[in-house]
Amino acid sequence: MKITLQHIDKSFGKVHANDDINLTIPSGTIQGILGENGAGKSTLMKILTGYYQADSGEILLDDMKVKITSPEDAVVRGIGMLHQDPLDFPPMKVIDNFLLGTKGGLFPNRKQVENEILRLSNEFDFQINPDAFVETMTVGERQQLEILRLLWLGVKVLILDEPTTGISANQKDKLFATLVKLASQGLTVIFVSHKLEEVEQLCNRVAVFRQGKLVGEVDPPYRTDQFVYLMFGKNVEVGEKASFCTDDTYIKLKNIGLEDYRLRLKDINLEIKSGEIIGLAGMEGSGQRLFLRMLAGLMRPVSGNIYIDGVDFTGKNYHVFQNSGVAYLPASRLEEGLIPGMTLTEHFILSEKHRELFVDQRSAMDLTEERIKTFNIKGTPVSQVEQLSGGNQQRALLALLRKRLRLILMEHPTRGLDIESAIWIWSKMKERCKDCASIVFTSSDLDEILQYSDRILVFFGGLVSPPINAKSTTVDELGQLIGGKGW
Amino acid sequence: MSIQTPAVKTSANGRKKGLLDFGIRLSAVILAFVFTSLILLLVKADPLEAYKTLVTGAFSTTSKITSVAASWVPLVIATSGLLFTFTAGLWNIGMEGQIVLGSVFAVGAFRLLDNTAMDPTLVIIIAFIAGALGGILWALLPGLMKVYGGVNEIFGGLGLNFVAKTIAIWLIFGPWKRPGVASSSGTEWIDIKYRLVNMPGTNLSLVILIIAVIVAILTAILLKGTHFGLKLKAIGKNYKAAYLLGIPTTRYFLMAFGMCGLFAGITGAILVTSKQYSLIPDAGFGYGFLGLLVAMLVNYHPIWSSIVAIFFAALTIGNTQLQYMGLSTYFAGVLQGILVLFVVLVDGLRKRLVRRM
Repeated sequence: MKITLQHIDKSFGKVHANDDINLTIPSGTIQGILGENGAGKSTLMKILTGYYQADSGEILLDDMKVKITSPEDAVVRGIGMLHQDPLDFPPMKVIDNFLLGTKGGLFPNRKQVENEILRLSNEFDFQINPDAFVETMTVGERQQLEILRLLWLGVKVLILDEPTTGISANQKDKLFATLVKLASQGLTVIFVSHKLEEVEQLCNRVAVFRQGKLVGEVDPPYRTDQFVYLMFGKNVEVGEKASFCTDDTYIKLKNIGLEDYRLRLKDINLEIKSGEIIGLAGMEGSGQRLFLRMLAGLMRPVSGNIYIDGVDFTGKNYHVFQNSGVAYLPASRLEEGLIPGMTLTEHFILSEKHRELFVDQRSAMDLTEERIKTFNIKGTPVSQVEQLSGGNQQRALLALLRKRLRLILMEHPTRGLDIESAIWIWSKMKERCKDCASIVFTSSDLDEILQYSDRILVFFGGLVSPPINAKSTTVDELGQLIGGKGW
Repeated sequence: MSIQTPAVKTSANGRKKGLLDFGIRLSAVILAFVFTSLILLLVKADPLEAYKTLVTGAFSTTSKITSVAASWVPLVIATSGLLFTFTAGLWNIGMEGQIVLGSVFAVGAFRLLDNTAMDPTLVIIIAFIAGALGGILWALLPGLMKVYGGVNEIFGGLGLNFVAKTIAIWLIFGPWKRPGVASSSGTEWIDIKYRLVNMPGTNLSLVILIIAVIVAILTAILLKGTHFGLKLKAIGKNYKAAYLLGIPTTRYFLMAFGMCGLFAGITGAILVTSKQYSLIPDAGFGYGFLGLLVAMLVNYHPIWSSIVAIFFAALTIGNTQLQYMGLSTYFAGVLQGILVLFVVLVDGLRKRLVRRM
């Protein structure tokens, strides 16, 4: 389906989120939408999917003027969107998630739907079990599920908002192959991302956004510096690699065994030094999350011991870990990290330890103002966290970290962030390392793992590799291990 | 679904939003009255006449006004208790049973200490403490069942309401039955020296009025001004994130139930010492359920709940006059229920509207 956007304009209060956007996307194309956080990409996509109404401007589908009134209406018209956070129903089975979106009669034909799920799943080489509960699936798998569901509903335009954040390299390759295949079948794919490399690799054409404006449309061959210049209005450089790793052992893991209903990790032995950064690589759901949660005291190991500063912490709960200087930053910001409905100030009050009975609003406000400035959060002390953009939510999470931490555990710390923000966040984290904090983090971005880690653990099928020195390994070598070769 | 609106928001904007919210709530109340009027027309009663009777029935004389106040007292205390559990995201449906247990414990204390040489005032204080303990005990049960047994507090509370009532009935017809013949009209009355004295010419004891005002103010301060209140709110909005931020969620869930039980127990003791003077099968008088309605109507706001509780109390009192118009005394309940339904409904519609904009 051909999409034409004419003079789209949308403001939220004082923020001009979309400023006179004009864009035509022919069918069968993979259109890249590139821009840093808050550039207006998501707003435009939400207008196209009926989530918001534009203040002015026209949307034409196959040269017909349309008014898209709701996300359901968009799907009926053939436009489906894959959101940054999958919009599925975690406590239900895959097949029920499919059936929910249908108009089918009182008794849906489960067998038929199940077969269709399997057929689609096979066609794109996904491994989706129709009877699996969605809450047991990884973000990557849930994304595959959502793509299948949209295709099954018959969409002709597929919008993907930052789809590669939180999925493994392998899943990403699969996703890209799928998108290319879909485009060749005549589907229009809109790929929203801030990752230059992906956009260059995948898209037939790219529109670059900056501060609510469409600042340039680029056709291949692409030049990276041109993109960077369009996105930021200037050139950006990655910081230098510095290590603050010391010789003091902070954490010692002895014969740790971890288990959940589908995964078993055995005999993990590791010493984490003060100031050291350890990256956890592997396909999503290979045990990295278990490992992180074990280090946080959120998950009890089935065997072995955890020593923090020489003291046995095995079996203690998260708050005991927390009080000894451990912090955990979950990947799902609005589900586990932040509290929707509460303001930034309230979050900062909650994050600090208080002995007094009454809340000191004045000093809390001051603290929040200061953190907002230091962490460059686009929001005010009274902004509710769900009003912030994804990147700003991540900044807020980091700003909430207590002072004097000894171990920071992060799941996908820069997921959904633009390069500049990611570099900035890591510079903040490095300051923590200088202060003797150790960091353990997961990421699906191998470059990020290589760039910032001192040592790397690779997870694969219930196995954990011995620590690999980041200086002496390469993306290829890690990629092989992640894919299960060389064990 | 996640809704993203711009981060930049001025306080003037916030005020405008507050005003809009108030307007929407007010329109819900008006709609509820319109709907109730239609029902009245349906049963061939004059709506204006009915509302007038309600108002005069509640406010025309000093004695009526103090009756409204006497009805406001247990309602506002019960509602205050519920604000703690609602803030923590808990549906304490078991409030009614907790009030009943408060009454049971208070009556028990009086029976135990009757005929002792103890000062009556001291006995009354002990009865209040006993009532509070009864309420706390009955509130902690669904709390513990939820925290350690994974039982939803709604089911736990619902079940315990029946158990509480059964305990009351068992006591009335069993161990505490009146000498001679047991009667569903309740146990023997507590001695006159244990009854709270009403202000001259009224149905209202000054002591309970003071207790209610203190409870209402304390609740507002605790919920709006303290770290305790903020932590409860955090747990209510996202307990997973609250836990990760370092709040001991289990303890706070139980504290919310404890606070609610405390106020339920005090409500029970007040009903015994100033209204019924005995234990009856329906010892909670429905104040637990009415408190749920008030709390929902004001979206769990402490100050507003005290004000709306006056209105609900007035309905309950003015209601008794309606029978002279040939209307059932259940009419107040109809109006209260419709009010809550409309406010909740209109609020749902408002949220839809906001999402559109």
